[in-house]
Amino acid sequence: MNDIIISVKDLCKCFGNFTAVDHITFEVRRGEIFGFLGANGAGKTTAMRMLCGLSYPTSGSGTVAGFDVMTQGEQIKRHIGYMSQRFSLYDDLTVRENIRLYAGIYGLSRYETMRRTVTVLNRLRFRSEADTLVGSLPLGWKQKLAFSVATLHRPEVVFLDEPTGGVDPVTRRQFWEMIYESASGGTTVFVTTHYMDEAEYCSRVSIMVDGKIEALGAPAELKNRYGAESMDEVFRILARGAKRRE
Amino acid sequence: MDGFFYFVKKEALHILRDRRTMLIVLLMPVVQVLLFGFAISTEVNEISFFAVAPNRTEAVRQQIERMNANSYFTFKGYIDQPDIDPVLRSGRAAAVVVFANDYDRLVERAASGALDEAAVQFVLDASNPNNAGTSQGYLQQAFLPGGPAAAGMAPAVRILYNPQMKSSYNFVPGIMGLIFILICAMMTSVSIVREKESGTMEVLLVSPVRPIWIISAKMIPYFLLSCLALVIILLLARYVLGVPMSGSVAGLVGLSLLYLLLSLALGLFISTVAHTQVVAILISGMLLMLPVIMLSGMLFPVENMPGVLQALSCIVPARWYIEAVRKLMIGGQSFPAVWQESCILLAMTVLLVGVALKKFNDKLE
Repeated sequence: MNDIIISVKDLCKCFGNFTAVDHITFEVRRGEIFGFLGANGAGKTTAMRMLCGLSYPTSGSGTVAGFDVMTQGEQIKRHIGYMSQRFSLYDDLTVRENIRLYAGIYGLSRYETMRRTVTVLNRLRFRSEADTLVGSLPLGWKQKLAFSVATLHRPEVVFLDEPTGGVDPVTRRQFWEMIYESASGGTTVFVTTHYMDEAEYCSRVSIMVDGKIEALGAPAELKNRYGAESMDEVFRILARGAKRRE
Repeated sequence: MDGFFYFVKKEALHILRDRRTMLIVLLMPVVQVLLFGFAISTEVNEISFFAVAPNRTEAVRQQIERMNANSYFTFKGYIDQPDIDPVLRSGRAAAVVVFANDYDRLVERAASGALDEAAVQFVLDASNPNNAGTSQGYLQQAFLPGGPAAAGMAPAVRILYNPQMKSSYNFVPGIMGLIFILICAMMTSVSIVREKESGTMEVLLVSPVRPIWIISAKMIPYFLLSCLALVIILLLARYVLGVPMSGSVAGLVGLSLLYLLLSLALGLFISTVAHTQVVAILISGMLLMLPVIMLSGMLFPVENMPGVLQALSCIVPARWYIEAVRKLMIGGQSFPAVWQESCILLAMTVLLVGVALKKFNDKLE
């Protein structure tokens, strides 16, 4: 039980008559890179919001890092990290100020903050840019910084919502190396994406269609099951049955 | 509560880094007070006039001399009857004073009580009716038989609270009503919506910091900025414009703080409705600024409005604030005199804070 970090059973979210997330059930193991795939409007974001404690499920049950998604949203927030596709840094603050702000939000001590700031700056080779405004950094740098900031408080799970949107393939590749490094350090990575080549990097993936999880397994296993050459093909086979558009 | 201090600091940095906005916020009260105080006024200071006088008798000359000595009038010269229209039309003068042929005789008759025929005629340029009205009043004063002192029939007028009838006094409360809406409501809403647009709000909401703290932290720097603006306006009003401030200053400050709170609640409310900064600016501009300028009594007296607008003005918070500030600042009254306005403002604040918080919490779900 201890190595299951996210466990969800029959989780539903309805908005009026519309069922955005329809009885999803899955488990994520500690240290895994879990890819959460689906077309736009399939319900990925809604499902992820429930796991982050941002929105209450209509029915079903689930735990994240050992806390109940129905009742313990606040505790969940302390144990997770989150990075959205827009990188969510403040452009008019410097690199150091951004790090300090998030350290403060997660209640790190002054000493810890200083130590981890140095670690992050060294790891990213950012030391000379510590007092540069984030707004003037290239996109790839912002992305790496945003990831470092999201994992600054050493969360048990980090949720990445389409983290590589709009960056070039080389930078994406580098970013995935960071994700691997983080996962090998024991952090579970829960990532949504619609780049199918990225799906290949995940330990396991789930594919959502019309609010339901249609397939779940390791990329190799799924390709095998659907007789496909690539994840892209698997996705297309599954998405063909979709009724929802956007 | 952990991250609260960091948030306030961060918001302060946002404001400090945005030099242009800072400058606008701090300079605007100064510029507005000075503009309204000195440049823009509804007083008429200089009435330039020509005279038409077929017989330039001693009495006519004396009358013109007397008027010319008065700083309100400037005599431009004599003209003939047919020139009246061109002179006014070209804007070379605001008025023409036409003396009757037998001016001397008519003035004597008037002095003895027989008012049967006009001795002078004023021809005024009324393209600006306010100015024309004021000019007419001044001209009539100047022609009171034997000067104002000798007029036994003239009522003794005593003007209280603002004896020089300076319009600059009147604008100060209005400017306060406007500036605080601008800083608190408009800037706060824009700054909250900006975080929604940039996606940072999402990250903050996933963090353990309670949403209500995020919002409070946002408001504190703007609240402080408004307090600074308040101090600047009060100092300028007292020492540059010479507004007496004879009423309760503590009451004035207290009332202003209440109004600031109300404006912040309005800002929060707008931020829950608007999804982009442009919309936030438009809503603040159209739904807040315009009513403040048009309906609050800042420029146009509420009493002169048609009934519908008067009723409408009742829901404009600035109307009550401005009315109360006028009483305290210019009327020299103490706090109890504005209890009615204070109660209305307090009720509005409680209502708005409640609605804004409710709406904000609903939006999070």
